[in-house]
Amino acid sequence: MSDNYTQIGKSVPRIDALEKVTGRAMYTGDLKFPNMLVGKLLLSPHAHARIKNIDTSEAEKLPGVKAVITHKDVPPIKYGLSPARWDETIFCVDKVRFVGDKIAAVAAVDEETVYKALKLIKVDYEVLPAVFDAFEAMKEGAPQIFEEYPGNINTEINQNFGDVDKAFKEAYYVRTDRFDGQRTYQCPIEPHATIAYWEGPRVTVYSSIQSVHYLQYYLSKVLDMKMGDIRVLKTYVGGGFGGKLDPSGLDFSAVVLSKKTGRPVKMFFDREEMFFNNRGRHAQFMELTTGVTKEGKILGVHANFVMDGGAYTGLGVASAYYAGALLTVLYDFDNYKFDMLRVVTNLPPCGAQRGHGQPQPRYAFESHLDNIAEHLKIDPLEIRIINARKPGTVTVNGFKVDSYGLKEALEKAREISGWRDKKGKLPSGQGIGVGNGGFVSGAGYPIYRTDLPHSVATIKVTDDGTSAILYTGAVEIGQGSDTVLCQMAAEAMGYRYENMKIVAADTDLAAHDFGAYASRQTLMSGAAAKQAGEEVKKLILETAAEIMDVSPAELDCKEGIVFIKANPETTKTFAEVARTYFVKNGQLIGRGSYRPPKLGGAHKGSAVGTSPAYSAATQIAEVQIDQETGEVEVKEAWDVHDCGFVVNPALLHGQVHGAFYMGMGESIWEEVLFDQNGKLLNGNLAEYRLPTALDMPPVASELVDTVDPNAPWGVKEVGEGATTPTMGCISNAIYDAIGVRVKNLPLTYEKIWRAIKEK
Amino acid sequence: MQVIVDKSGVKRYLVTLNINGDSYTRVVRANTMLVNFLREEINMTGTKKGCELGDCGSCTVLMDGKPVNSCIVLAVEADGHQITTIEGVAQNDKLDRIQESFVENAAIQCGYCTPGMVLSAKALLTENPHPTEQEVREAIAGNLCRCTGYVNIVKAIMDASGEQ
Repeated sequence: MSDNYTQIGKSVPRIDALEKVTGRAMYTGDLKFPNMLVGKLLLSPHAHARIKNIDTSEAEKLPGVKAVITHKDVPPIKYGLSPARWDETIFCVDKVRFVGDKIAAVAAVDEETVYKALKLIKVDYEVLPAVFDAFEAMKEGAPQIFEEYPGNINTEINQNFGDVDKAFKEAYYVRTDRFDGQRTYQCPIEPHATIAYWEGPRVTVYSSIQSVHYLQYYLSKVLDMKMGDIRVLKTYVGGGFGGKLDPSGLDFSAVVLSKKTGRPVKMFFDREEMFFNNRGRHAQFMELTTGVTKEGKILGVHANFVMDGGAYTGLGVASAYYAGALLTVLYDFDNYKFDMLRVVTNLPPCGAQRGHGQPQPRYAFESHLDNIAEHLKIDPLEIRIINARKPGTVTVNGFKVDSYGLKEALEKAREISGWRDKKGKLPSGQGIGVGNGGFVSGAGYPIYRTDLPHSVATIKVTDDGTSAILYTGAVEIGQGSDTVLCQMAAEAMGYRYENMKIVAADTDLAAHDFGAYASRQTLMSGAAAKQAGEEVKKLILETAAEIMDVSPAELDCKEGIVFIKANPETTKTFAEVARTYFVKNGQLIGRGSYRPPKLGGAHKGSAVGTSPAYSAATQIAEVQIDQETGEVEVKEAWDVHDCGFVVNPALLHGQVHGAFYMGMGESIWEEVLFDQNGKLLNGNLAEYRLPTALDMPPVASELVDTVDPNAPWGVKEVGEGATTPTMGCISNAIYDAIGVRVKNLPLTYEKIWRAIKEK
Repeated sequence: MQVIVDKSGVKRYLVTLNINGDSYTRVVRANTMLVNFLREEINMTGTKKGCELGDCGSCTVLMDGKPVNSCIVLAVEADGHQITTIEGVAQNDKLDRIQESFVENAAIQCGYCTPGMVLSAKALLTENPHPTEQEVREAIAGNLCRCTGYVNIVKAIMDASGEQ
């Protein structure tokens, strides 16, 4: 890594740290506007029912109620991700499809009145038979949830690369395993809130959202408005993890209620409503067949998956493709078949959760690979080294992988964890396991068809040159994008991070960007910020050249000082040069724009999984099992990440800690549960068991050096990729400890206890 | 506590809370929660709402120095008590050592749990200036964080300990 950088590669404090640590940071729910009303959604109590009539008259009569809206008050426009699966409307029209489906919305003077009004809305339902299991839903005679999805199959994928049957015939050993995943939720600690108000024909929408652009797009499409008449912005966002990417019913309703009442309207979800609306991780049912040589080299893989989508599609079609697409990246094999059925059921819809579609298949594959290694009597870490993808290769399904440090990550993880002294040598009840993962550094294509650039950035230097403002549509949700983008802009400008300000994620005041998903912002928003910074620097050097009577090529600028390269003692400050530019030419502005090159193959679904760069990670965990109770303690964990050049090491390691934490929760404790009528059983933070500080082991987070040629300064992602190896490594550690495989997530104490008893 | 009956016969209560050293007198309902008193009545939105069930700890404030979930404390229960919120931790824009340590140790991500974490840490270190790591973990076990895995938060509190 180059030491010539002055602003990047450094753990500067977060740009928003002071605001957050003093409680001054205002999240959407903290904002108040004069004359503001409070709004809430009425949600369905039934999992599947025909709506015969909705009577809002009593609610409307209640003093303090200012508006009640249902499907009759909004355009009948369907939305979703891909046009073939636009299956959702703002409010249910003829049917409800899960407990928590959206029926109506109320705006009133205060919260108490809103809740009273919700109770006064009379809905006549004809309750229909419902189905809560993906396999039951596919059976003949099962309740049909959508007319357009016969057999309740909403997405069917059949991809075939190379010749898997031939590979299996030639293999020394072919093994099939089935693993099941569970439904989990993102559970950001900030519940979603939205505020909307109108000024003439334009509406302003504050939302806890991961992409201001996509929300602006969806509002425009569904409410039949011009995008230019909609301003979407966010203040601080208290975590997202994918749960704040799909538009929520709050966003649409707040806009409509605010229009109807002529007043600002604030809407919010309580914690249980978050569970209905968060669009968490799909439960996947994963059968894997793999053929290997005697030496453990993978020849071919068949992934045969089913996923429970819940009602509606949203981003779920992308989840289905991601589940299989990225299985080809980590290990190099030439034959691959991927079959997937995404099934709709009468449960809350699922969507994108950290690692999007991939963590459960990764869990399945990493567990499966350990089973294969055991049969072949090969060390599990060694079989991964044998198969690890090499840099500069192309996957069988068409992804070009340039930098790739998986082998180095495995070797380093083996070293720092003491693997060789521990694997197979720990006392009974203790175990160690390894798992690999990785992710895209931004998706190669946007989530709807458009030719817009993926990221745009503008930098304005203030009139006196003493500070500069980065305008970006990138969305800070806690991951640190505001900070690293300012570091990157300052580096490119030859300026100082401390003098940077940022205006981000505001469709009026900032610049366009697709937002925070697919681990994209450091690479993509960073590329635009870098280009904008380079333009500022070019103008600064040209102006300084005139003042200093030299050619621009003889000059450089670092940390806010312009100097003659051959004679670094001769300097001008960035600020005085910038001021001179301003006086002569007007505002000093730099612009940048980023669009990935055309990526991917030609097969159906080839866009999903494409990326300019791929991260890789190895995690190792050590566990202790209480053989009397099945209780699992994760004692220690090691993560070695290949995430390219690191802009801010402290923020990066923070992402790894949080990703491991989330993966550990999903491995052992987290699961959303429903009763036989589809009602949530644990829609709260006591019974949906996020790990606490007492559950979290020490995590050693280390790096391997790679520099990706397709990224600004060679950066790659970390935020999502680091959560993908965790379930596999914990599954393998538990197997090592007890010698029997629990094959469905979460790997609870009870399941482990039963497995030990039945051994 | 003075009771006021409104025209429809509903009782209201006149309460005086001492918040960050200042007195605030307001008329509240019997069911007004302390978190809503802080956020709605006196506009102190640094105290966050994450669950309203006492599960997540985002709304942690100190009542007479002890950490409480302000979403399950009634405003009438807090009448006459000393409340410290996140707005009262820094003095005249000078950060408390715990706050400085959170910034230095990259213990903040989305920031939503941060006010509650800082106050739980404050209560711990006031009571026990030299806690073990286990004691730190126990003290913040009621504060859920979804971003950090608590790693840097524990480090920040340990770093700040002994200096209170």
